[in-house]
Amino acid sequence: MSSTTLQLDFPASSLVGDVIALIPELVLLAAMLLLLVLRLVPAFDRWHLGFVSLIACAVAWLVSSLQWLSFPLASSPIAHDLFSGMLVMDGLAAWSRMLILGAATLTILLTLLSKVPDQEDSADFHVLLLGGTVGMCLMTMAQHFLMVYVAVEMASVPSYVLAGFLKGKRQGSEAALKYVVYGGAASGLMLYGISLICGRLGTGYLPDICLSIHTLLQSGGLELYYWLALSMILLGLSFKLSLVPMHFWCPDVFAGAAAEVGAYLSIVSKAAALALLGRIVLLFMGGLPGMTVTNVHAWTYLAPSLSLALVIVAAVTCTWGNLAAYPQTDLKRFWAYSTIAHAGYLVMPLATLTREGLAAALVYLVPYIVMNLGVFAIVCFVRNATHREDIAGLAGLGTRSPVLAVTLGIFIIGLVGLPPLAGFIGKYEVFVVLYQQGQAQHRPALLVLLGIGVINTLISLGYYGRLLKVAWFEPPVETVPLAIPFRQKLFVMALALLIVIGIFFWDALTTWGGIVAVSGFQAKQ
Amino acid sequence: MWFVNVWDELDFWLMSAVILAPVAFALALLFIPSRRTEFIRWFTLIGTLVTLVFTSFLFIDFLRWTDQHVTNPDRQAQLLPARIDAQLANYYRGAPAALSNDLVARKGWIGRFHIDYAIGVDGISMAMLLLSAVIFVLAFLASWKNTKAVRGYCILFLILESGVMGLFLSLDFFLFYVFFEAMLVPMYFLIGYWGGPRREYAAIKFFLYTLLGSILILVAMLALYYVDLQPYYKNLVAAAQGKERFSPEVFRRDAFLGLAGDRYDAGEFKSPVNTFDLIVLGQAAQASTQLESNIARIEEQLRDRSEDQALHQQLEVAEQQKLHWQAMSPQFQLFCFILLFLGFAIKVPIVPLHTWLPDAHVEAPTPISMILSAILLKTGAYGILRIAVPLCPWAAEQLAWVVGLLGIIAIVYGALVALAQTNLKRLIAYSSISHMGYVILGIAVWSAPEGAQYWSWAMKGAVFQMIAHAITSAGMFYVAGLVYERVGHYDLNRMGGLATPMPTWAGLSTVIFLGAMGLPLLCGFIGEFCVLLGTWNFRPSAWPAAGQVFTMVAAGTLVLSAAYILWALQRMLMGTRQEHTRLDDLDGREGFIATTLAILTIMLGIWPMLVFDWLEPTLTGLVQLLAQVTAR
Repeated sequence: MSSTTLQLDFPASSLVGDVIALIPELVLLAAMLLLLVLRLVPAFDRWHLGFVSLIACAVAWLVSSLQWLSFPLASSPIAHDLFSGMLVMDGLAAWSRMLILGAATLTILLTLLSKVPDQEDSADFHVLLLGGTVGMCLMTMAQHFLMVYVAVEMASVPSYVLAGFLKGKRQGSEAALKYVVYGGAASGLMLYGISLICGRLGTGYLPDICLSIHTLLQSGGLELYYWLALSMILLGLSFKLSLVPMHFWCPDVFAGAAAEVGAYLSIVSKAAALALLGRIVLLFMGGLPGMTVTNVHAWTYLAPSLSLALVIVAAVTCTWGNLAAYPQTDLKRFWAYSTIAHAGYLVMPLATLTREGLAAALVYLVPYIVMNLGVFAIVCFVRNATHREDIAGLAGLGTRSPVLAVTLGIFIIGLVGLPPLAGFIGKYEVFVVLYQQGQAQHRPALLVLLGIGVINTLISLGYYGRLLKVAWFEPPVETVPLAIPFRQKLFVMALALLIVIGIFFWDALTTWGGIVAVSGFQAKQ
Repeated sequence: MWFVNVWDELDFWLMSAVILAPVAFALALLFIPSRRTEFIRWFTLIGTLVTLVFTSFLFIDFLRWTDQHVTNPDRQAQLLPARIDAQLANYYRGAPAALSNDLVARKGWIGRFHIDYAIGVDGISMAMLLLSAVIFVLAFLASWKNTKAVRGYCILFLILESGVMGLFLSLDFFLFYVFFEAMLVPMYFLIGYWGGPRREYAAIKFFLYTLLGSILILVAMLALYYVDLQPYYKNLVAAAQGKERFSPEVFRRDAFLGLAGDRYDAGEFKSPVNTFDLIVLGQAAQASTQLESNIARIEEQLRDRSEDQALHQQLEVAEQQKLHWQAMSPQFQLFCFILLFLGFAIKVPIVPLHTWLPDAHVEAPTPISMILSAILLKTGAYGILRIAVPLCPWAAEQLAWVVGLLGIIAIVYGALVALAQTNLKRLIAYSSISHMGYVILGIAVWSAPEGAQYWSWAMKGAVFQMIAHAITSAGMFYVAGLVYERVGHYDLNRMGGLATPMPTWAGLSTVIFLGAMGLPLLCGFIGEFCVLLGTWNFRPSAWPAAGQVFTMVAAGTLVLSAAYILWALQRMLMGTRQEHTRLDDLDGREGFIATTLAILTIMLGIWPMLVFDWLEPTLTGLVQLLAQVTAR
């Protein structure tokens, strides 16, 4: 679709144009208001209001897809500043926002299928969900540190409440409290970092900050001060991505919250945090198009430490997540550690500090979203049918519900990353970019990271295989077939189908999802 | 119109049909209610038979191709590289590229990494394809009595067949890898769900070991992909310059991305040049190796005639070329070869990496054991033969004696351990390890170029041994499974006296077991004999006596092999046992499977030319090629 036929394209910077770019978020906000109003009218008490949020989210997703399609496969990068530079609309924002909204739509569909907020709570739950989603969308577009902070908080606060949404469940409240305390500390840390940088440089506008930092680099390197600020900001973001050492909340929150919320946190929130982290890393490396200074100095002074830090974080996160998943008995904790491990894989390519790396991470994200949503859906559906959320509860799933067991197998093998399933696309892209950039930048650490990633694939097979073993080979506790409604089966089967046929769309995924999404950034000089 | 091209590219569709037929039947099975087990069985059987029919068509096509070219002086036209070169040459002559019946075809798949759906057939892969198609039919017949989750079993069985067929057809490393992994998951479930009492342990062990192997292969694959083939490409361009319709851009696209159409705009073709194409990678590696060998030869000559200015000049030129040619340096080849060899060695398996095999075999159900030993082990050997050796010829030649030594260790160790087994399936599993050692030995005994004809005997022996071992080991596992169905255990010490109640079974088992033992006139003998014939003349510079030592040790092991086979037969057949007097002999279906395998055992034993006739050009060509480039 060319940009001339589509009026959703971004006109010259005017308020109207800026608002048009924000249509998806506005739709979500309207739906939130509508939900709150409907909540007040007694006549709607008998309705499950989830459908409002489903429709709103689907519409928002559709609009964001159209906006994405208006990004041509152009060689020249496109980036529109919105609202005088507070937000930016470029390939990264458009692509990740589409992913976030798509994943959120699917998550809402999952909550409707598994009926977790009952009709009484539906309005509250979905208002929170949509609010968090708006925050996550803004995270992908933020171009000003103020906006970064606001977006992160807007994404976090509803998540805290969602984590404790199961009322009267002690574990849930505990999870929410833990999440708030950790989250508060992390965002405080980040805010402190932001204030240090903004205070020193006199602006929060990211491109300007990068420009100033590069000027500083040109005159001989950064003071410790900036390093401190930068690492605080990165720590705050790694809380959202659940990277070691900021991962402690993840298993507890996942275990305490409903599995639907776990799904939301592990896919939607991850996508947003990854996009934001990628943007900040690339900007600091001088990836902004049209920057007059060359980024040579960033590569000389900044890259070695930043790259090494990300390498270490990625390697430790991945390994820790995979190893800690072994002794788990609770299914949701199990998936929490699996999520942590995958966050490690997601950060691995960012350690190359190039836009190719970000592209690989974005490609990794797509099958990951589908597979993780699928496994959480299975957790929900099994919980609905058996009231159990431990691994032993899956025993004999192969005979009790073959559809769930087969799809679980597909998701798990996809998560391990074996061809010919779509999970391989992400693993392959990540490993390739590590190898390529490791050679090109003469950075052995990246090659070591590649080795660690490869070994971790093997490690992960061990605990994923255990789950498969329980589901398929262990005798069932009860032999009664599980009563899984057909629409639930259809949901997981559709997701599994995507994973099975995904490999045929490799080219499309890497071109549109990877290369175009990062076209707004400058390549390494 | 796309369908007009169907007849032009019949080979493409035929080869794709071989890959897709089983998986299409598996998809159709999804829509058949699982309670109609009898129908599902027949449907699956038809699926395997259809695949066999397609494979036979392909075989006929291949024979036609062989007949056309073997009489020509250029026997090398048999080789895949030669055929692809010919395709390219035709292309520049203006002949339509699509119009081809040379059993090599390709379509673009993942443009970003220059990955093609490239498939093709030569003697080695044809042999493996035909073998697999037959074994899959027999193995499915053997699983007729399985009553546990029949539909799931059949679906996995057919997916496995697709994976195997695709693996033997692929010419693109990436495609090969995808199929290599695609076999893993069905096999895991087939062992883990339908297997014996310790099936879960065996399945996960199999999975982990094989995944470790394929990860090693993955790393080597990435490394090979990122080799910059610029110098090789420039040579090709220089050779093609002046031809009609020549443009470097188009040439590069077609030489490295296949005849993939106009997906690529010219802007993408900046340096460097990367590819997954096995043939192109092989040619580049061989060219690089040739350069190394030239330098080594000149340096040797210089040692005698250090005054010769012409030689000094030659050396200088060669060194200059080498500077521009760092694509496949010896160190790099060594690195890749070790990774690839280890990766495939796990699958073969070669001795220190073999421990998954006995467990997997003992726990797997009979038909799956048949497939595992007859075909999956061969994928490892096929990988060494098709990928590890041609892509890293320098390293393969340097390490030939190490690889050969590993083969010998496998032969001896497998035989010794087999001798100590009391579990019949374990015994057969260890005998598999021993017999696959001959395959590795045959591939390894690199004698270049004076002894190339001996090496080509060993090579032919190795491939023949792959076929022979597939037939006999499938047969042995099948007859062992038949005993298990009747007496309920594999314990050799508690067997005995089976010949009296089951004379047909006893006769067929004897033929198959003796075939595995290597008795002359049966198929096992030919392969081992050819390998030993070639091994005697193996004289690596690191250890000149290696060939003789290897031959003597391997020949000596034949005694051990006779011992464990005959002893096993004795413990099964001889004597009398009260509880075994009322066992049923084979029924029609069982008799058919065992007889087919026994007939194949005898037929290939007395008429090996049945296989050698069309296998020979490919292998001779391959050996000539590799011997040339490493000639000093």
